[in-house]
Amino acid sequence: MIKIENLHASIEDKEILKGLNLEVNAGEVHAIMGPNGAGKSTLASVLAGRDNYEITEGSIDFDGNDLLEMEVEDRAREGLFLAFQYPVEIPGVSNINFLRTALNDIREYRGEEAISAKDFMARVREKSALVELDAKLASRSVNEGFSGGEKKRNEIFQMAMLEPKLAILDETDSGLDIDALRIVANGVNKLKSPENAIVIITHYQRLLDHIVPDVVHVLYDGRIVKSGPKELALELEEKGYDWIKEELAQA
Amino acid sequence: METINKTSHAFISDLNPTEIGIHPSVLEAANETLSSTQIPTTRVEAWKYTRVAQLGKRKFQKGSDSVDSIDGFRLENTQGPLVFVNGQFSEALSDTSSIAKGITAQPLSSLGSNALPTSIVPLHHELFHAINTVHLNDGVRITIDKNSQHKQPVHIIHVVSGEDVMANFKTVLHCGAFSEAGMVQSFVSLNDSNGFVNATHEIFVEENAHFNLDKIQNESPGNTHIGTDQVVQDANSVFTINTITLNGGLVRNNLSIEVKGQNCETNLNGAYVLDGKQHVDNHTTVDHKVANCVSNELYKGVIDDHATAVFNGKVFVRQNAQKINAFQSNGNVLLSDSGSVNSKPELEIYADDVRCSHGSTTGQLDEDAIFYLRARGLSEKSARRLLVSAFIGEVIEKISYPASKEYVFSVLCDRFGWNFD
Repeated sequence: MIKIENLHASIEDKEILKGLNLEVNAGEVHAIMGPNGAGKSTLASVLAGRDNYEITEGSIDFDGNDLLEMEVEDRAREGLFLAFQYPVEIPGVSNINFLRTALNDIREYRGEEAISAKDFMARVREKSALVELDAKLASRSVNEGFSGGEKKRNEIFQMAMLEPKLAILDETDSGLDIDALRIVANGVNKLKSPENAIVIITHYQRLLDHIVPDVVHVLYDGRIVKSGPKELALELEEKGYDWIKEELAQA
Repeated sequence: METINKTSHAFISDLNPTEIGIHPSVLEAANETLSSTQIPTTRVEAWKYTRVAQLGKRKFQKGSDSVDSIDGFRLENTQGPLVFVNGQFSEALSDTSSIAKGITAQPLSSLGSNALPTSIVPLHHELFHAINTVHLNDGVRITIDKNSQHKQPVHIIHVVSGEDVMANFKTVLHCGAFSEAGMVQSFVSLNDSNGFVNATHEIFVEENAHFNLDKIQNESPGNTHIGTDQVVQDANSVFTINTITLNGGLVRNNLSIEVKGQNCETNLNGAYVLDGKQHVDNHTTVDHKVANCVSNELYKGVIDDHATAVFNGKVFVRQNAQKINAFQSNGNVLLSDSGSVNSKPELEIYADDVRCSHGSTTGQLDEDAIFYLRARGLSEKSARRLLVSAFIGEVIEKISYPASKEYVFSVLCDRFGWNFD
């Protein structure tokens, strides 16, 4: 699905990613954990195509395409989805209008017909139920006046509507209370399939109680320094990251 | 303004004196202003950002009084229309039979010597208003009977057509006490070039009357439009005007509202959408003379290419006008590096127990929002359209009548591809 090799990325001449390698296959769930400043959000931004990062080295292959050469919207149209850590509020643009425009732009890119109003509304109803998002929120302005939990649920609702091949959840769990966390996790679990893949970027282990990863990676100082089974997340939660740093120092 | 005796205005020397029955004293005052007032330069404060001097180098003619068809300008669920071509009433294109009982709508030319017995608008050396009076082609007088209520607005269509045409047009409106009614006024172009529409409104909203006016300007990019609108509100009345400028070359809207009675509500909304080298200038004044009133003003503009916009909104709260709530806001989005905006919201408050606010913002579209939308698969163009539609949509949504709203939506969709679902 996606293969990241020796990725180096800088912002304002400061190198953040220092040779990151990661491969995720269809049907897999990967978790990327790491301390603050390790480069987790930089990785998410680079994948989505934010242009304030400079890629100095390395490659990203996304389903046979050179991801780094693709426009932001083309990445989305090819099936990449980023659930934002801080979803943007867009006053005056309704969720519905936004998602219909998005779906139809994606369909046009793929040479498909525009979705009918009836099918679209049926899909909105079905998918908003998946994340227990009030239908009223679906017709409100994008994220405007939403609580933190509602914003994150709205991200997963959009993911459900767009059915991406690869979803990257950037700290989707941060700031959520336990009910919202459960709802978000349930939504993601229902969207999991053998055809798609999910990368969960998180600071904490608790989301991984609900969405069980196949692999857990530790991102530290711009590189993946350790990978292991889901138990690794528990170990990190318990012991913190210092022992990883010590291991690295000894190596 | 500079005053020189016996100024001659070559640009209007081909126009005939009005044949409308204007009261001799009004006509005399207008002639006096005309002969003593020059075209304002940008050294005149009120015209600082709007250059009209070049009008003086042109030569305007009276236009034809008919066009082949007004299809495309008619609106559903309205009364009328009354159609004026280059300021002149066209009986053939109008439908006066659909005007409801309780409303009288007559061309000024049908009213004989008593068409305009007085005028509420003091001339104040306003050249364009004086020209409008002296060379008035025609206009419409609308009277809403006391206590009469009407859901459907009266539709007035003003067409400018032909080359170098000047149309001097006037609307006089009386809303009787306790009446409820409205008007949609469409200013449109048909096969015109370099025209000049010089229009005035005089509107009296009597006690407890409710009146809505949707003023839709969609003239060609070569046209000049100067509007001088004066409104007087009596006690307990509600007046709403939505000024939507969709197209036009140089547009200047002078809107002045005098709130004379207590417990009035005044709503002024404006939207302007400019590209090319268009210039739109909205000058508004709300004068709160008495206590316990509210006014809400929201003007928003989208400016592309080399276009320029001006907003100058003034709110007066006079000394005895306590407990006034006056809100004024102007927002602009610049879509290009070469467009510009001059925004000047002003409050002049002489009372001490009032709640007033004003604000002005001018900026570009939110790049974070554009990235967010693109990250969901929208093209950059779609993303920008969606954000612009949302921005200007706040005003468009305030348009009083569905028919005029639909018309505005369709023009914006055809012209810019904007969508307002």
